[in-house]
Amino acid sequence: MQNKDIKRLSLILLFAPFALWIILLIMLPHIGMVILSLKEKVAPRVYQYSFANYLEFINEPIYWNTLLRTGSMSLLVTALALLIGFPIAYYIAKIAGPRSRGGLFLLCLIPLWVSDLIRAFGWILLLRETGVISNFLLWTGLVGAPVEFLYNDVAVIIGLTYTVILFMIVPLVSTLDGMDNSMIEAGYNLGGNGFTVLRRIIIPYAMPGIVAGCIVTFMLTAGSYLTPILLGGKNSSWFTEQIYNQFITRFNWEGGAAFGMLLLLFTSLVIWLGLKLSGQTLANTVAKS
Amino acid sequence: MTDTSPYDLEALGVSKNFGSFSAVKEVSFDIPSGSFFSILGPSGCGKTTLMRMIAGFEEPSGGDIRIKGKSVLGTPPNRRNVKMVFQHLALFPMMNVYENIAYGLRCNGVGAADIKRKVQDVLERIALPDVGEREIHQLSGGQKQRIAIARCMVLDPDVLLLDEPLGALDLKLREAMKIELKLLQHQFNTTFVYITHDQSEALVMSDNVAIMNQGEFEQIGTPQELYHHPKTAFVAGFVGDSNRWSGVVKASDATGGKVETEQGLPMSFSSAGEAAIQEGSKVNIFVRPEFIRTVRAGDADQLAETGDNRMDGIVDSLLFNGANSRILVRTGSGELVEADVTLTGDNDLKPGEDVHLVWSAKQAMCFAEQGTA
Repeated sequence: MQNKDIKRLSLILLFAPFALWIILLIMLPHIGMVILSLKEKVAPRVYQYSFANYLEFINEPIYWNTLLRTGSMSLLVTALALLIGFPIAYYIAKIAGPRSRGGLFLLCLIPLWVSDLIRAFGWILLLRETGVISNFLLWTGLVGAPVEFLYNDVAVIIGLTYTVILFMIVPLVSTLDGMDNSMIEAGYNLGGNGFTVLRRIIIPYAMPGIVAGCIVTFMLTAGSYLTPILLGGKNSSWFTEQIYNQFITRFNWEGGAAFGMLLLLFTSLVIWLGLKLSGQTLANTVAKS
Repeated sequence: MTDTSPYDLEALGVSKNFGSFSAVKEVSFDIPSGSFFSILGPSGCGKTTLMRMIAGFEEPSGGDIRIKGKSVLGTPPNRRNVKMVFQHLALFPMMNVYENIAYGLRCNGVGAADIKRKVQDVLERIALPDVGEREIHQLSGGQKQRIAIARCMVLDPDVLLLDEPLGALDLKLREAMKIELKLLQHQFNTTFVYITHDQSEALVMSDNVAIMNQGEFEQIGTPQELYHHPKTAFVAGFVGDSNRWSGVVKASDATGGKVETEQGLPMSFSSAGEAAIQEGSKVNIFVRPEFIRTVRAGDADQLAETGDNRMDGIVDSLLFNGANSRILVRTGSGELVEADVTLTGDNDLKPGEDVHLVWSAKQAMCFAEQGTA
């Protein structure tokens, strides 16, 4: 009997920090956001409940265009991260020797030791009009005048892909690592060529890792703020920038809260669609890796 | 077709070096069509490397491999008509049984109707007609085994390679699968090349067995030949159990001779192996436990039909294992000798009893000691 009580107590003690974190830092703010987003200012310090903030979003094309643009560019970044990350992960998990594997993995992690700001600044140093690439092109004589590589969509996509690719590589390496090499050999032995083996065996096997990586990178990209602003400048039109504007520039907390909720709903919808299309569930992808 | 080679698989002086280490040294063999061939050897003897060369996952450093008379050197694994059952089977967990078997047919561009017919056909031949829609994790160990074989056999290979596929099964199932594999091989009438370190698997199933040691083939022969007429000391020691004595030859002729063991006991033998044994050379003598007769010291009258060799000792312990029971006898010179006994449960030998051990010179296999050891 006493033993049972101790078990229960230890469970409660272990569970408490997690419960506090979920309730205080995740659930409460979101409930507050929902309430805030449903308030409309009708007179100074007079509020009433309505969907006005959401209606404003629908009626103003610039808002939902920005959201769609953010979503589509995030999907592009996710796809690029997958295309670049998969061969890297495959090399680390299957081709590299056991000794170089750890080193390569560490090399992928090193950029994380530096803050987002510094990493974005690194790209600015490379891409700006007086930056390394522009000067190099001038020096080789390929261009006659300095070229500005910053403040366009390409710069934003490059910077974002670079920032999030690690979160694609890690789950991919861990799923590919669990794959028995003889499975690939069996694929060849039974008559498959390189492409068939990749399409019918390696990718289906790695699917949980692929989906997990895509969910994480998509969420991170759609919710990122610093990189699009620094590399895209005023043209970036990232949806997080709209949220920032509502909260800070226009001091319209009600509108900002509504936008925040919309971003959350939108990314959740995209991920739900992705899971449906790939036939995976959250339980066997993100929860596994 | 012009290939009239009576052999499905031939290896001519095949070698494989990894850096300065040679895993396989000048191995040659040929396997007649439709036979069950085993390669038996201790772990690390190079048998897996040899199999991977036949399948095409490794290129030999020297020699030639021919399938149905045609060299397959330089042919990638997916173009060789050699299929392989992997050690852990390597069934594809993301496909169901039907898709696993159909995979190879799809790779070969077989039409959908043909695939359906062939898959159903092979499932019936392995006596699992209704498992097509099952997932791999829903199958039992023995069923997985059969699916792995069916997945290869549906492609009608010239040679089927099996890399210790029974290793992961429990003992009872392993015994049953041994018989089943042999029956499947008869049924498909395809050449099976079976790799194992388990001698009973090799002896039970094979038409021919090759004993491999340190990258070389020691002997190729039928299981009976290997057991009763081993050509080298390694084969004699590796296949079956043996008592072993070292000694020096005192007298020798074409058929046998006399040896004095290191313990100073005289022993007569019949020469095994090819070379005649010189007088004065150091030799190893192997005697199998089942050829040693154990007689109680009191029942000396039974010694009438004495063998050529005799030792006296005391029963040290009894290793009871049903029909395969054995006793350990400590001889006068202090060594332990194993002998098979039939235990009836009535008036059996007990530890501490004095016994005579008797065996014939014909059963004492003698090999000249190699190197300085």
